[in-house]
Amino acid sequence: MSELIHSRGARRLLAGAGMIVTAIVFGLPLLTLILASIAGEWTRALPSTLTVAHLRAALGGAQRAALWHSLATGLVATIVALVLGAWGALASRRYPAPVRRGIDALFLMPVAIPSVSIGLALLVAFSHPPLLLNGTVVLVVITHVVLITAYAYTSAQAGIARLPPSVEEMAGSLGAAPSRVLVRVTLPLLLPHLRAAAALGLALSMGELGATIMIYPPGWITAPVEIFSLTDRGSLFAGAAVSVWLLATTFAALRLLDRRRSPRRVALERRRSGA
Amino acid sequence: MGRAHRLSRALVASVPLVVLGVIFLYPFALLAVEAFARPGGGYGFGTFAAILAGHAFRDALFATLRIALTATATCLVLGSALALLIRFVAFPGARALGRLVDVYLAFPSFLVALSLTFLYGNSGLVRSLWTSALGLPAVDASRSFLYGFWGVVLAEVTYYTPFVMRPVLAALEVIDRAQLEVASGLGERPWGVLRRVVFPELVPALIAGGSLCLLLTMNEFGIILVMGVKDVITLPMMIYGKAIDEFDYPAASAVAICNVALSLGLNFTYRQSLERAPR
Repeated sequence: MSELIHSRGARRLLAGAGMIVTAIVFGLPLLTLILASIAGEWTRALPSTLTVAHLRAALGGAQRAALWHSLATGLVATIVALVLGAWGALASRRYPAPVRRGIDALFLMPVAIPSVSIGLALLVAFSHPPLLLNGTVVLVVITHVVLITAYAYTSAQAGIARLPPSVEEMAGSLGAAPSRVLVRVTLPLLLPHLRAAAALGLALSMGELGATIMIYPPGWITAPVEIFSLTDRGSLFAGAAVSVWLLATTFAALRLLDRRRSPRRVALERRRSGA
Repeated sequence: MGRAHRLSRALVASVPLVVLGVIFLYPFALLAVEAFARPGGGYGFGTFAAILAGHAFRDALFATLRIALTATATCLVLGSALALLIRFVAFPGARALGRLVDVYLAFPSFLVALSLTFLYGNSGLVRSLWTSALGLPAVDASRSFLYGFWGVVLAEVTYYTPFVMRPVLAALEVIDRAQLEVASGLGERPWGVLRRVVFPELVPALIAGGSLCLLLTMNEFGIILVMGVKDVITLPMMIYGKAIDEFDYPAASAVAICNVALSLGLNFTYRQSLERAPR
């Protein structure tokens, strides 16, 4: 590890600098957020009293509903996105390369577009007949599906690329119908990749703010929207409490979804998908 | 395979495309209709002309680019510095940093803005320490730097630096140690080794990480919204304001079309740079 810097003093100095920068830039904000969620009175540098009142309040009334809305939206949108993404990835391999590139572009495009614009487009489109969905929960789910399908699609594609060669043809030549090959051979082999996509999609959906804030109906306020409206009204500690519960719910859901898949793995997948 | 069979397969294969067409392409088509429609009927560039004539759009475009470029440049410097330290100094907590940085990315970005409010905001931790250390009155009327350009940049740097660190760390992994030892054995100073041997190997990773960072910071919205920044209006903030505060959907749509064109152009460049970069 010491190919570059031989002087022990210089190494110590640099190590110290690395630790301090890390602590200030990445560690401090997270700690402060958690501290704020349990702060009673905070008029000096540090809270003078600690309380669980905010955390408890966030588990009742509108804030509890918001957490539930986020979880429910995330789960439904993730399932729809998985079906859509996997179906698209399985179908696109049958097409010639230029067509496939077009399909790839279509599926990946939402990742590159600012989420506010996606929200606005859906708001404009579904406020007109024939598809009048403005003010419904369905529109919230559709919005989240648009935002996360790309990840399901890339994960399924990565899985398809790693399928053992000709395993499907083999099953087919042994007399299995295409639907049976899909259910018994292809999908089980894709499952780890789809799980990864599900974890990532759930995390992204539960934290989504930019598009949701354009289209949410008054009866379906999600946790990020609730956090924004709390902090916008000056209820910073209540906002911090909902944030802590949102993070806890997200992590718990990820754990349940896949015991081996920690938030760390989710983040890795996210970067690998290029967004 | 029969013709009917092939037709049914093609139909099955087209289902996801049709769904995506309805929930993604159709909305953007209507967004364009909204932006190009004339109030009296027919289509034209009227809304765009009005938007482009005003200062608001130019200011928002300028603010978006300024924030994104400043944040990306800082992410590149900080991200590569930390990655180099992790690789060559291996300070205590370097592994923990790798993990912490990963956990960060499962967070929504706007939580960084909220956290920084408690740290550097008007009544935040740092300000209280500062005022009590200098014996200033506890209530300071001036606004913290956080609610302006530098606050947004700080939050974006905090959130997006990992997006640079990851590819740089991956590129550092594949550099041949023997090469570094030969270079320093030949009397090259550490800085020279970094510049002449390490840096050229990092260029593709820096380009890929930097363009991803630029794309994401240009599209960033949650951080600016939650921070409550009033005097920095980026393009996404302008779209939000036009649509939600002013109910001016045609103007919001026209700005959105411009913003989408900008982001897709940038994304295209990013994909190109990825293809050129060795994995």
